Amino acid sequence: MKYILLMSGTQATCDWFTKWPKEDLKKNVAFMRAFSKELKDEGVFVASEGLAFPNQAKIVRAGSDGTPVTDGIFPESKEFLMGYFIVDVESAEQAHKIAARLSMAPAPAGTKERMPVEVRQVMSGPPEELG
Amino acid sequence: MNGTAADVPIEHLLRDLTPQVLGSIVRRFRDFAAAEDAVQEASLAAAIEWPRAGRPDNPRAWLIQVANRRMLDHVRSESARRRRENEVALPPESAALDPALEEDDTLILLFMCCHPALTTASAIALTLRAVGGLTTAEIARAFLVPEATMAQRISRAKQSIRDSGIPFENPVPAERAQRLSAVLHVLYLIFNEGYTSSAGPEVRRADLSQEAVRLTRIVHSLEPGHTEAAGLLALMLLTDARRFARTDDVGELIPLAQQDRSLWDQGQIAEGVAIISATLPKGSVGHYQLQAAIAAVHDEATDASDTDWPQILALYDLLRRMSDNPMVALNHAVAAAMVHGASKGLELLDALQSDPRIAEHHRLDAVRAHLLELAGDSESAITHYRSAAGKTASLPERNYLLAQAARLSNADWQIPPPTGDC
Repeated sequence: MKYILLMSGTQATCDWFTKWPKEDLKKNVAFMRAFSKELKDEGVFVASEGLAFPNQAKIVRAGSDGTPVTDGIFPESKEFLMGYFIVDVESAEQAHKIAARLSMAPAPAGTKERMPVEVRQVMSGPPEELG
Repeated sequence: MNGTAADVPIEHLLRDLTPQVLGSIVRRFRDFAAAEDAVQEASLAAAIEWPRAGRPDNPRAWLIQVANRRMLDHVRSESARRRRENEVALPPESAALDPALEEDDTLILLFMCCHPALTTASAIALTLRAVGGLTTAEIARAFLVPEATMAQRISRAKQSIRDSGIPFENPVPAERAQRLSAVLHVLYLIFNEGYTSSAGPEVRRADLSQEAVRLTRIVHSLEPGHTEAAGLLALMLLTDARRFARTDDVGELIPLAQQDRSLWDQGQIAEGVAIISATLPKGSVGHYQLQAAIAAVHDEATDASDTDWPQILALYDLLRRMSDNPMVALNHAVAAAMVHGASKGLELLDALQSDPRIAEHHRLDAVRAHLLELAGDSESAITHYRSAAGKTASLPERNYLLAQAARLSNADWQIPPPTGDC
């Protein structure tokens, strides 16, 4: 079963992150790299990406003639996707444990981020016989 | 199973020969993990070499020789690295490499690959590689994960085998039955993975089903008296016979009752029916045999309305007595509804509602919706079809369930889009 672990945050999270001391940023980046490697070694890694901060992000809708109409995203109040992991595991519990490990990414002053990670099943499960 | 005929495609030949070659190498060197790597390398070498230089007269001996050479290289570098001579002893030169004299080790390999010490995912991957002869890349593609992830899964599985010290030999008689049922379970899961693939038409995961059928055939031929191995083979053949009728041309699911039965594979049905008919009278009836018998009853009905539901209900009664499986109870309720009416089925579902193993499962909602529809309660049926759609992790299944709800609700497509950002 595949699960996606969605890391989200607000503009405030991004602002906070940009103010981290260099050493703490380094530690966090090293943690993410090591975490990816651990998932690969465990044989559960499927994919992962981190996303750029939402400052330049746009909402796009099709105009009546199908051309893109862009709009700013007014980042003040919203939750944004910051990045994701997709893992292939045998149970939801296993996915939850991995999400908790991710949530323990290091933050400044020896603390842990304990960021919320949304865990959703990827629609790749098998259909069952429809009798 | 010499498979030396020149018209057998090389990849099929390699798959057939893999367990024989691997057995030979493991017997000589006693190191399953390294031997498995050596055999995979030999197969890859053959896949490159044979089309170019021509197929050797004795492909099996060629593979054994190449794998043997790889193993010797491996052993030498290991002993050089460790500087400990007793750790990895070279086999005596006299150790037989005559392939013709060796017994078929396929079953022992299956016992190792499906050992209870491994996780299910590891056992599946290792079985496909070590016994099925698939490459890591092929297995990774079949399960839609990166090749590196699959390689790691296989390597961890081999590490577990190494750590637990599982010997390369037949299990002791007291354990044999249990170990064989573990093997059958893994083959059953491989079959299901292929059969119920939801990954879209471009990914040919049907190969996994065929691979499971091939391996189960081998087990059946090695253990012809094992009634559950026969039952599993029959079940696979009778289920797989419907594969072309099971989805439409865009991959949407078609339920059994609405399938075009002219698309069913009659040859496979005949074979499956013959196997299960010859097996059931032997008296040692297990759940694969009963499921195969149920599949046979479905397959033998020329039209859905001709289905012998009383017989299916009787078989589900037996299955239910054999195992406390809520999915069996669910199917039993469907059969009871077909024989005694929808209200009887719904009554049985109420009892299942308190079973935590299935209470939140989409299948319970889906079946309830179906029975409510049969009972004429469209309103409630719609609710349960939608509820089931919200719980399934399969995209084709969700589409199917939503389509059922839409069909009943006569949606006039005047539903306003949701407002606001989403």
